[in-house]
Amino acid sequence: MKRQQFDSFTLPYLLIAPQLAIIFIFFVWPAAQAVYQSFMLEDPFGLASQFVGFDNFIEVVSNEHYARSAIFTAIFSGLVAFLSMAIALLLAVKADGILHGQSAYKIMLTWVYAVAPAVAGMMGVFLFDRSIGPLNHLFNATGWPFNPQLDVFDASVTVILVSVWKQISVNFIYFLAGLQSIPRAVREAALIDCRNGFRRFWTVTLPLLAPTGFFVLVINITYAFFETFGVIDTMTRGAPGGGTATLVYKVYQDGFLGADIGGSSAQSVILMILVLGLTIVQFRVIEKRIHY
Amino acid sequence: MHRIKLTDHLILILGVLFLLLPIWVVFASSTHRPETILNQGLQFWIGDYFLETYSAVLFDNTGFTQAVNAVLMLKNSLILGLGFSVGKILISTIAAYAIVYFRFPAGSFFFWIIFSSLLLPLEVRIIPSYEVVSKLGMLNSYTGLILPLIASATATFFFRQFYKSVPEEILEAARIDGAGPFRFFVDILLPLSKTMIAAIFIIMFVVGWNQYLWPILMTTDESYFTVVMGIKQILNDLEGNRIPQYNKALALSFLAMLPPVMVVLIFQRWFVKGLVESEK
Repeated sequence: MKRQQFDSFTLPYLLIAPQLAIIFIFFVWPAAQAVYQSFMLEDPFGLASQFVGFDNFIEVVSNEHYARSAIFTAIFSGLVAFLSMAIALLLAVKADGILHGQSAYKIMLTWVYAVAPAVAGMMGVFLFDRSIGPLNHLFNATGWPFNPQLDVFDASVTVILVSVWKQISVNFIYFLAGLQSIPRAVREAALIDCRNGFRRFWTVTLPLLAPTGFFVLVINITYAFFETFGVIDTMTRGAPGGGTATLVYKVYQDGFLGADIGGSSAQSVILMILVLGLTIVQFRVIEKRIHY
Repeated sequence: MHRIKLTDHLILILGVLFLLLPIWVVFASSTHRPETILNQGLQFWIGDYFLETYSAVLFDNTGFTQAVNAVLMLKNSLILGLGFSVGKILISTIAAYAIVYFRFPAGSFFFWIIFSSLLLPLEVRIIPSYEVVSKLGMLNSYTGLILPLIASATATFFFRQFYKSVPEEILEAARIDGAGPFRFFVDILLPLSKTMIAAIFIIMFVVGWNQYLWPILMTTDESYFTVVMGIKQILNDLEGNRIPQYNKALALSFLAMLPPVMVVLIFQRWFVKGLVESEK
């Protein structure tokens, strides 16, 4: 904290008031509502509700669709984070190493950053379309009876590919900035000590990039959890048979389309606890292992 | 050595193709007739119907009430993007100022409340948020569209980090010269934050423009549709037509990404700086 500060009784409250008001109305209140409703059962007409304890939670957790969605979310998030980070890191390392045309590559590789997940999903709809999609034709030509409408695996491939595609640009920007912040002296010393480029990357560059990598990992998990909503809603809507519905998509499906307020709220609360847990892990465990 | 550089370029070119080819195909196909697309699939080269398709998408009214076109949706997206980014910057610059530069008892308590909102994105509390907004009578309004999205403290966090990196001597000097809290903020701190504000403005504009779920929930009145959610409407229309209007749907997808992409490319330096700063 700053040692030098202003002393004033009213001014700081006035300055912080707009932010606090918005947070209270649109964050604290709805979050509290979600917690409250997760313990209530509402009748189908929304006229009355009664306290049911942990029933909603038990129902959600023991539901086979929920378990399926949880497994899908884990695999989906893991793959999206891993693939988009790996590809972005490769591109960043290569872009960092070349002298000519770096800014042109930078511009072209940044472009997708600004594409909305929903728009990316929409593009996916066309590219994977059964009659007009070139990717569909390509997969079929390799002998793969590609059918995302009916096959969960194929549908998962489409949403994962589009989600990875959308995320590479952001990761690229962070990785390239991280690489370029490694001091020149360190790089040169490494170059003299170790002729093997791959080993140099593995033993020198990668450890120095760890803080950036950790930050990017957190961003990617958040992205895979929440922002891919647009991709899934435009491409599969959780189909076939709920096989591509992430946990966040299920909150929306059950609560908004299915009007199961109690169950959806219980799912929200579970997600809140999950995110809270992830944040604690983020601060406590993993950060300690990374050498700065 | 020379050969290694060649493979480096090859990998980068493959990366560029992977990222940009889909966008190119979308754009190229949107300049063809729907019959061509239906019979021959998506196109890899530009056709002759650019003006026809795009003027139809931009100006012809479609939708359930026959009252929306892309110009209207682009306008709504612009309002959402600008309202979101400007609102967020206005609120967060002063909130962060209070947190960093003032000594007040409730300060750290407020700080934690504000930052707890970083943990729970709108997506996990959509239904109660929807209920709150509908109770306040804000459905189908720009206020209802923009305000709840501002309730996340990302920008406040950035500005707090930035203010903390401003050397303390500056405040000392300003106080010796007799500057009060208001003068210090307006004459010294804001000018110092210019680049930071520009960077956050660009990032937030893109975030606001690209919102999808919240506009879907908030708007039933077509005159409030944004272009990013409008593409979902197009998807529904596709199935109804005898010859699906692929060209128009593709054109709308392209139009939906064009403004944020342009903003990011034009202001790339600032925006990358802002993104990277946010990491610290």
